[in-house]
Amino acid sequence: MAVPSAAIQPRSSIFSRILSRWSESRNALGFGFMLPAAALLLVFLTYPLGLGVWLGFTDARIGRPGIFIGIENYEYLWSDAVFWLSVFNTLLYTISASILKFALGLWLALLLNQNLPFKSFFRAIVLLPWVVPTVLSAIAFWWIYDSQFSILSWALMEMGLIDHRINFLGDPENARASVIAANVWRGIPFVAITLLAGLQTIPQSLYEAATLDGASRWQLFRYVTLPLLTPIIAITMTFSVLFTFTDFQLIYVLTRGGPVNATHLMATLSFQRGISGGQLGEGAAIAVAMIPFLLAAILFSYFGLQRRKWQQGGGD
Amino acid sequence: MASVAIGEVYKSFGAVEILHGVSVNIEDGEFVTLVGPSGCGKSTLLRMIAGLEKISRGQIAIGERVVNNVAPKERDVAMVFQNYALYPHMTVAENMAFSLMLKGVSKPESDAGVRRAAEILGLVPLLARYPRQLSGGQRQRVAMGRAIVRDPAVFLFDEPLSNLDAKLRVQMRAEIKELHQRLKTTTVYVTHDQIEAMTMADKIVVMHDGIVEQIGPPLELYDRPNNLFVASFIGSPAMNLLRGEIATDGSPSFRGAGGISVPLASALSIPNGEPVVLGIRPEHLRLSDDQGIPVTVAVVEPTGSEVQLIGRTAGGEEIVANFRERHSFTPGETIRLTAEPSLIHLFHGETGQRFQTRTDR
Repeated sequence: MAVPSAAIQPRSSIFSRILSRWSESRNALGFGFMLPAAALLLVFLTYPLGLGVWLGFTDARIGRPGIFIGIENYEYLWSDAVFWLSVFNTLLYTISASILKFALGLWLALLLNQNLPFKSFFRAIVLLPWVVPTVLSAIAFWWIYDSQFSILSWALMEMGLIDHRINFLGDPENARASVIAANVWRGIPFVAITLLAGLQTIPQSLYEAATLDGASRWQLFRYVTLPLLTPIIAITMTFSVLFTFTDFQLIYVLTRGGPVNATHLMATLSFQRGISGGQLGEGAAIAVAMIPFLLAAILFSYFGLQRRKWQQGGGD
Repeated sequence: MASVAIGEVYKSFGAVEILHGVSVNIEDGEFVTLVGPSGCGKSTLLRMIAGLEKISRGQIAIGERVVNNVAPKERDVAMVFQNYALYPHMTVAENMAFSLMLKGVSKPESDAGVRRAAEILGLVPLLARYPRQLSGGQRQRVAMGRAIVRDPAVFLFDEPLSNLDAKLRVQMRAEIKELHQRLKTTTVYVTHDQIEAMTMADKIVVMHDGIVEQIGPPLELYDRPNNLFVASFIGSPAMNLLRGEIATDGSPSFRGAGGISVPLASALSIPNGEPVVLGIRPEHLRLSDDQGIPVTVAVVEPTGSEVQLIGRTAGGEEIVANFRERHSFTPGETIRLTAEPSLIHLFHGETGQRFQTRTDR
């Protein structure tokens, strides 16, 4: 009885010793727990991103692995007017839509923060544009903007405000305004609900104290609401800008970049060249060209988001 | 500075009436506390004075002016909130200068005002800090500084010491009182702590369920509570209350449960057999050898300065007695307690109202 157990013991004790050392080491244990998440990030984030960057330096086409051609793709894009138009479009789209979303979203959040009847009902309604799948709402907008059957044109004509149908998506200027309007409609709920959440963290007693201190409604907003909301505004608008900059679905369904590339964003151009046109390398290069802009936006918010002096120190 | 006149004020939130006709007159320069248990409407009344709540019925006047329809900022009142309500994104100095800034006071003038208030409260070294970097007591002081800077007609305090620990509370209590003695600004102070009310106020308003139970100077409330509620609310430990009836066969006395008999002052105008509640303050009970209420000792708590005894009468009612002398008791033993007839309170058995005794008049 004693012999076999004595023979097994040394091996099992080595195992158990290693195991116990691992389980007692914070670093090893932490590393172990991080592995699944790290693996997910590597497979689904780092690999595609790295592949995209690599493709940008090749002349890959669909069905043909490319060879390394250095920055030739970028040289070509540098002299490509359509690419620069898409950069301009993307910036115009992002900046104007973000400003509108911020202004309207904040206004909506302030309204919803009041004691309205059916408050929770309205809050739920506001979320609708955000809940509906983008493609679905894009198709709805497609009908709204239709050159023949547009309900907007019809309504305005019935009211006698215009005498012929508006060419929403056929005219470059109109098309830009139309897709921006659709994006704003879709993006407002996110801004409004997040800012509303921020508004609700501001204690009522601060408003009461400021009221007694003699603040008017505007001064309450200017000196209490706005400064206390800035951290939330910064993070909300960062996300909003990132979403808008990389928008694809709305444009792809509504205009596919037309008319005459007037609404082509970098994302849609990248898809068109890379997938529809088969020039994977060039498409990837366009996508990679978005990275500096996105990094700039993130850095801007990083420095804007740094804890303000008044948020530092103190426990509670 | 100004007086405050609250006349027959009612307040309803929807169908629920919170205040049922409250009238209080506050003299110019007086320190008045509104005290009562949670939900008695004291904070609501204070907020109505501030203008943060609408007055459903009745009127409130500050000085000569009825302020029912005057906006809060026009009322010239400053309020200290329970959670201090300091602006987290402003420094101590900016917090205190905020009202002056809104008023359009020039920078040097506002700086001087802030400095003066900061000196009174010992806040000068903290002026550049943010509220997060302050302790509870310091925040409390900044909240008071913000009120002082404005030099208002009336100070309103809404349970300002509730968030502080016990030691700091005692210290701030003295500071607030000292501040009032120095500034002599009319002050309305809400608290649920009767000790705070007793120690600070010139006049106490005891509220309960939306009505005023009694108004008077602290010692008057202590010595001559108008009814059972005030008697049990004011004083710690609370007044001993025994149920029973009056017996006037022979010399007048009180007969309670378990065959207790307590002699009363001879000139008594209460009819025989009337149900009453007898009240005795714990410190008015004396040990006696052969007469008085028999009490079984349950718990003895010596605190050094006094000995507190908790016992039960033969009728099962709890009795608390405080002795300055260092008597020693054993739990389970039976002792006898008496009280001077002139120190005994009598309340009506059903209405709870006080029977006037000779010493009252």
